[in-house]
Order: sequence, then structure tokens, then C-alpha cells
Amino acid sequence: MSNALKTFTNGLLKENPTFVLVLGMCPTLATTTSAINGMSMGLATMFVLVCSNVVISLLKNLIPDKVRIPAFIVVIATFVTLVQLLMQAYVPAIYDVLGLFIPLIVVNCIVLGRAEAFAAKNSVGLSALDGLGMGLGFTLALTVLGAIRELLGTGACFGFHIFPDNYGALIFVLAPGAFIALAYLMAIINKAQKKS
Amino acid sequence: MVYFLIFISAIFVNNIVLSQFLGICPFLGVSKKIDTAMGMSAAVVFVLTLATVVTYLLQMLLVAWGLEFLQTILFILIIAALVQMIEIILKKISPSLYQALGVFLPLITTNCCILGVAILVANGTEKLPMGAEHGMLTGTLFAFATALGFGLALILFAGLREQLAMNKVPKAMQGTPIALLTAGLLAMAFMGFSGVV
Amino acid sequence: MEKLQSSFKNMVLSLVIISVVAAGALAGVYILTLEAINAQKLAKQEAAKQAVLAGHEDGVAIETAVDGFGGQFRVMVGFDAEGNILGYEILEHQETPGLGSHMEHWFKNAEKPNQNIIGRKAGQLTVSKDGGDVDAITAATISSRAFLKAVNQAYAEHFGVEAHTGASQLHKEAKTEEVVIIEETEVSNE
Repeated sequence: MSNALKTFTNGLLKENPTFVLVLGMCPTLATTTSAINGMSMGLATMFVLVCSNVVISLLKNLIPDKVRIPAFIVVIATFVTLVQLLMQAYVPAIYDVLGLFIPLIVVNCIVLGRAEAFAAKNSVGLSALDGLGMGLGFTLALTVLGAIRELLGTGACFGFHIFPDNYGALIFVLAPGAFIALAYLMAIINKAQKKS
Repeated sequence: MVYFLIFISAIFVNNIVLSQFLGICPFLGVSKKIDTAMGMSAAVVFVLTLATVVTYLLQMLLVAWGLEFLQTILFILIIAALVQMIEIILKKISPSLYQALGVFLPLITTNCCILGVAILVANGTEKLPMGAEHGMLTGTLFAFATALGFGLALILFAGLREQLAMNKVPKAMQGTPIALLTAGLLAMAFMGFSGVV
Repeated sequence: MEKLQSSFKNMVLSLVIISVVAAGALAGVYILTLEAINAQKLAKQEAAKQAVLAGHEDGVAIETAVDGFGGQFRVMVGFDAEGNILGYEILEHQETPGLGSHMEHWFKNAEKPNQNIIGRKAGQLTVSKDGGDVDAITAATISSRAFLKAVNQAYAEHFGVEAHTGASQLHKEAKTEEVVIIEETEVSNE
């Protein structure tokens, strides 16, 4: 049990894909113009991560070592396309906002990284938990970054106005703000970790 | 003139890294030295242009057969295969070039700016200056210009980081945070180009 | 179970089987979601039409596209029989968030008559910077010009009058552009 718990919480904090492993930076920076956008991107990635981890763990003995990377890519790309089709059908508004970054989940290093480093070596249950933990860690990071950028840039959080948007610093919604907000967020986390 | 504007637009105004957020991983990962940054840039120029042409032709087939939903899966496989092929061919015909680019080639498969640009061009949704029409020629030029823009951003950034390495940085900011902050300032500088085209 | 060896036969077989299963599964999901995706697109179109006509049964909804600041954007504009603007919706845009993107609400703010275009006659609308009487979005003049151009273009498309005469600035900003009319709908008079 403790093993399962450890696997699950690993991705949330200790090996958070964004803040600690610094993986998947493209969607992290590009889709966090608001908290909702960041969260949607995180959840879409989590879905792919859990599904591909489970399937790859199931197939791990049927895939010869030398062709494992192309095989993993096919599995991951299948789930990404699945997410693409489902989002287009049922949440088109979010799909329109995230656009290109949905198919690009395929090349998100977190997904292939977990498949290679974890799912290919562990049981189905643990792989699912690992995907869930990593996915939640990624979602958490994107939501927090999105919330910060939205608040500083437009004065809102999850769409609720906290102060008038005339006082927002627009730069945080634009490209440079993504880099700057993430830089300071990481620095704060570094500082907090050193202390504890 | 329009072709010239495609270059200005893709390199400066809509820089792939600093305003479109594609290819951030290699941008942060291989930017510690100018030499490696140059090698990576050259490899990206090579692969991105070739991959865009191949995937553009493939997309025409997919549309003709009504199989557009296989786009993501086929594109990434094509790109992976293409990178492998380039590696093998380079090894045979130009060992010196292979030595310069070889290390970077495997990394390129998961560089999202390759797949990203391929999808943009295939769907005809790439950002072109006014008056340019989406098509094979403009798409290829766009891909080439985009790759040059990636190279410019990467090499500039590597230059900044080389200087930065000699400075004292607060402990909490060391590593990725200060790199991101520098990238942010670079992105701000590139924002100055907006509205040019 | 033993792990499969990397023999040529095994490698080819496993890759082929995985690919075939993947393609098959995707084809299934594609067929299942096709109807829903098309229905969503239609619903979006219909909702935009209802919004721009604002309940006027005899109005027309016209869709048009222009080049803005960040690329092409599509607008749907509703007119009454005399060519007065009933409403508009931005269907798709890539304008800068927080600047150009304000066009979604800016030009229909009933409290600011200088920027509101609802109820005005289209065809000659220009921003005040170009000698017109519509206030442009703060710090987003290019987006505003493009937006008004789209509205004038939609008007000209249906009422057949040459749009934006006297908008010399507009011509300079956008030299070669095409009007893409994807759909033009008459709502029948009952």
C-alpha cells in the first residue's frame, strides 16, 4: 500500500513534471493564459498519460525491445487522437482555445518519458497510479500558473473578477509574461524546498 | 516581396519559440553553449523543412482518402522515420556533417516545433503575412523561415546564457528560473517587432 | 510471461498488430464522434446567427473574413432590411488577448455611444483616427480597423454597395485581401 501511495504522490510533489523535472514546457507556457485553459490542458494530458501508461504496461512483454519506442509512440498518438476527437465533439470551445497543443501532447516528453521509465517496467496498477500522479502534478502546475497569469494580467481568477481589468498588467497574458511568471514561481518553490 | 515578408514574419514577428511557444525543450536544454546551439539549429533547419514537405504531400493523400483523423499518428511516425533516415544517409555520405549534427538528430523527433509546424502547414493554418496564400511553396518557405527563427532565438539565448554563467545569481534563481527570466526578456524584445508585417 | 525476443519477425509482427489495432480503434471513434462534431459546428453557427439577428425575423446574417493583427479572423454580422447593424459575433480570431481580443465586446457596448456600432448604418464605418466616428479599441487600432473593414465588407457583400470609400487608411493597411463568404442566409419574412 505504501508503495502505491509513494508512486502516486511522487509525481505530485517530489518529481513534479513541471517544477522539478522541467518537462513539457511548451504547453505549460503556451496554454496558461487563464486558469481554466491551463487546467483543461493538464487534464487532457493526464488522460493520455494514464491510458498510455496502462496500455504500455499491459503490452510490455509483447513489444520487442528494439521497436519499443515506435510502438510507444503509436499507442500514445492513438490516445491523443482519441482526446482530439472527443474534445471536438463534446467540448469544442476548449478545443478551439487549446488548438494545436492537443495534437502536440504526442511529443510532450512527460508522456513518452513515463512510458519508457515507468510503465515499461512496472505492473498495470502501479503504472496507472504513476500516470495519475504525474498527470495531476502537471495539471496542478498548469492551473496554478494559469491562475497567477490570469490574476496579474486581467484581474480575474477562473473568470471571476477580483479587481478591475484596467489595473491588470497585460504583459502577463502575453508571451513574455509566461516566461517571467514561471521563472518566479520556480524560484519561490526552490526557496521553499531549501528551507524545509 | 510576399516571400520576403514570410521570412520577416516567421523569424522576427511570430518567432516560433518566443511568441508561439513551440520547441521550448531544446531551447532550454541545448542553449548552454553557442557551439551546441548552432549544431541544433542547423539540424532543425534541415529536418523541419524536409518534414514539412513530406507531411504536406501526405496530408493531400489523407484528405483524398478521408483519413484526416490519422494525421497526428502518421505525422509523428513519418517524422521519426525521416529523422532516422537522415541520420543513416548523413553517416554514409558526409561523416563530417554527421559528426556535427549527429547528436542532435535523435532529440529532434520529440521537438514539438517539427510536428507543430507540420500540422500548421498541412492544415493551412500557419500565420502568413497579408497577401500570401497557403500552399506548398509558401508552406515550405514558412517552415524554412520558422526554423531560421528557431535558430536565431536559440543562438541569441545561448550567447546570453554564456554571459550569465559568469555572473552571480541568487541561489533560488539558479538554473531554470534565471534561464526562463532571460527568455522572458528576450521575448519582450521580440515583441517590439509586432506590427511590422 | 516471457518477454518477446527482438527477432525480425517479432518486431514486424508486434508493430503491425499495434498499428492495425490503433487505426481500427481510431476509425471506430471517428465514426462515433463524427455526428456530434458536425452537430456542434452547426449549433455554433446557429447560435451565432441567433445572436447577431437579436430576434429580428427579417434580418440577414453574413459571415466574412479579414486579415487582422494576428492573422485572419471571421466575423458574423447581422443587418436589418435597411442595412443597419443588428449585432455581430466574432467566430474565430487570433488577435492579441487583452488588446485586439476586446473587439468581442467593445463595439457593442451600449453605454459608450462612440464605440458602439449596433444600430448604425454599415458601409462607411471608420475609426476616429481615420476621420470616422467610431472609437478604436485602446492600443489596438489595427485590430479595430480590420474589424470595421469586416463589417463594411459584410454590408457590401449583401447590399451591393462599394464599401469603405473614404477609408484611404484602410486601403493602405490591407492591400490585397479576399472576401471569403462561407455562408449567407436569408431569414424568411413570415
